[in-house]
Amino acid sequence: MIWLGIDTANSPLSVALVEDGRILCEQTSTFARTHSIQAMPAIERLLNEASLRPSDLEAIAVSEGPGSYTGVRIGVTLAKTLAWTLKIPLVGVSSLEVIAANAVPFEGVIVPLFDARRENVYCGLYKSKGERLHRIWEDRHGTLEQLLEDVACINQPVLFVGVDVDIHKTKISAMLGDQAVFAPFPQQLPRASQLISLAEQRVPASDIHQFVPNYRRIPEAEANWIKEQKQVKSHD
Amino acid sequence: MKKDVYILGIETSCDETAASVVKNGSEIVSNVVASQIESQKRFGGVVPEIASRHHVEEITLVIEKALEDAGLDPDELDAVAVTEGPGLVGALLIGINAAKAFAFANSLPIIGVHHIAGHIYANQLVQPMEFPLLALIVSGGHTEMIIMREHGSFELIGETRDDAAGEAYDKVARVLGLPYPGGPHVDKLALASENAVEFPRAWLEPDSYDFSFSGLKSAVINYKHNLEQRGGTLDEEAVAAGFQQSVVEVLTVKALRAAQEYRVKQVIAAGGVSANKGLRNSLEATFAKENIPFSVPPIALCTDNAAMIAAAGTQMFLSDVRGELSMNGRPGMQLESWNH
Ligand SMILES: [Zn+2]
Repeated sequence: MIWLGIDTANSPLSVALVEDGRILCEQTSTFARTHSIQAMPAIERLLNEASLRPSDLEAIAVSEGPGSYTGVRIGVTLAKTLAWTLKIPLVGVSSLEVIAANAVPFEGVIVPLFDARRENVYCGLYKSKGERLHRIWEDRHGTLEQLLEDVACINQPVLFVGVDVDIHKTKISAMLGDQAVFAPFPQQLPRASQLISLAEQRVPASDIHQFVPNYRRIPEAEANWIKEQKQVKSHD
Repeated sequence: MKKDVYILGIETSCDETAASVVKNGSEIVSNVVASQIESQKRFGGVVPEIASRHHVEEITLVIEKALEDAGLDPDELDAVAVTEGPGLVGALLIGINAAKAFAFANSLPIIGVHHIAGHIYANQLVQPMEFPLLALIVSGGHTEMIIMREHGSFELIGETRDDAAGEAYDKVARVLGLPYPGGPHVDKLALASENAVEFPRAWLEPDSYDFSFSGLKSAVINYKHNLEQRGGTLDEEAVAAGFQQSVVEVLTVKALRAAQEYRVKQVIAAGGVSANKGLRNSLEATFAKENIPFSVPPIALCTDNAAMIAAAGTQMFLSDVRGELSMNGRPGMQLESWNH
């Protein structure tokens, strides 16, 4: 089975072709100006290198978020359009899980993290069990401070993974001291081959048309609108 | 025998997710539009992030429906045309990336289309274009006059210096307490009214084809404010009528002057506001009197749609224009930069 994997959820771009558990080619870069310019040409290049045609693809894996709204949408739009028009299965995987999987078989807990601006982060909590990754918490959006308070209660070493970890390293070390461990740089980046390896264990989306990003956050305008509706109700 | 050309058009520059198949640049084979008006109503305007989210939900459904309605398989198409700009960047990117993936998977060329060129080419779906041609584009985001001397050539001779006409309509609608989107409501009130409040006309410099609507909008706000201070009651119909008369007169007079100066063979109106009955009536009557052929596409082709993108894309396809898989959204794309 030939898989195409696409991760454009955050600033790094990663695309890969995997055939029956063997990486045919993979490209991961951190200098992408915008995914809209680079993602599709990267996919084209990958197929050319592997001497494959689009119709040779048999399944698509995409990093479904959270992350940059626009970045996530570019990957998801490419993936769902390809899967729909090629009539092949589509599997979405959490973009946090994709980088958490880099840290297996770390003993202790694994916290993948993306910066969400204004001292907020997207983060998750995972644990290795043998060669597999297990989710402990739902991926979430929240303040870095809350995250650090919550993981401080877990009496285990905590491994932080992700390209944005550097931004918050000082604060993490200040709050967690020796409990915090930082993944080496090759493990910080999402890899589309890793994404495919996780996707292989999943059930494909039942309806490709309905497949949408997992933003883990509602837009500000909608949050305000919901607040207003509640106020109107309580005044009734 | 010349082979027929089938182009798939995709448009997501604002709050409509649209796909269409057009034959030979002039015949609509299918035309699908998923509107977000119901969702965006809550916010009284288009929220870009919400628009982008809706586009991702709808995009493949809309393309599939357009192909199904056309009864065509992807390999029967000649190219995919997609709106490259201007528009909301996050929204544009959904259409563009869907177009790229679809084009790549089916080995089709991709063509980036300027949204306003699309509005102009909507007329080609009704009747052939005659050059030189004057296009008056009036929508929520645009108020522009363009001279075309031949296919693919656009000369911008006038544009708004502040608000677009449609924007002024929406703001005045809000002042009058009308629901979103306000333009059609103002039009309806204006047509029903026998009286009209006198509002100023912004002619600008005598030879200018530019427009300005923010002063008019302020005049309406001040009028309401003064009336309320005096304890008077607002005649919404008369305000709507006075506002509409000012907009329509300036647009009509400037369009006529341009048509005469450039000796055009055809005048066309396009964009969401050209669905406005007051404006249509005025332009039709004026150009009929001057014996200048005037046309405006049916309302469904005035508002954003993908058939117009496919129509403009067909012209580019026939001129051997091709885009790249590295196409990016161009929110501020200039029409004249797009001449080919
Ligand atoms: Zn438009």
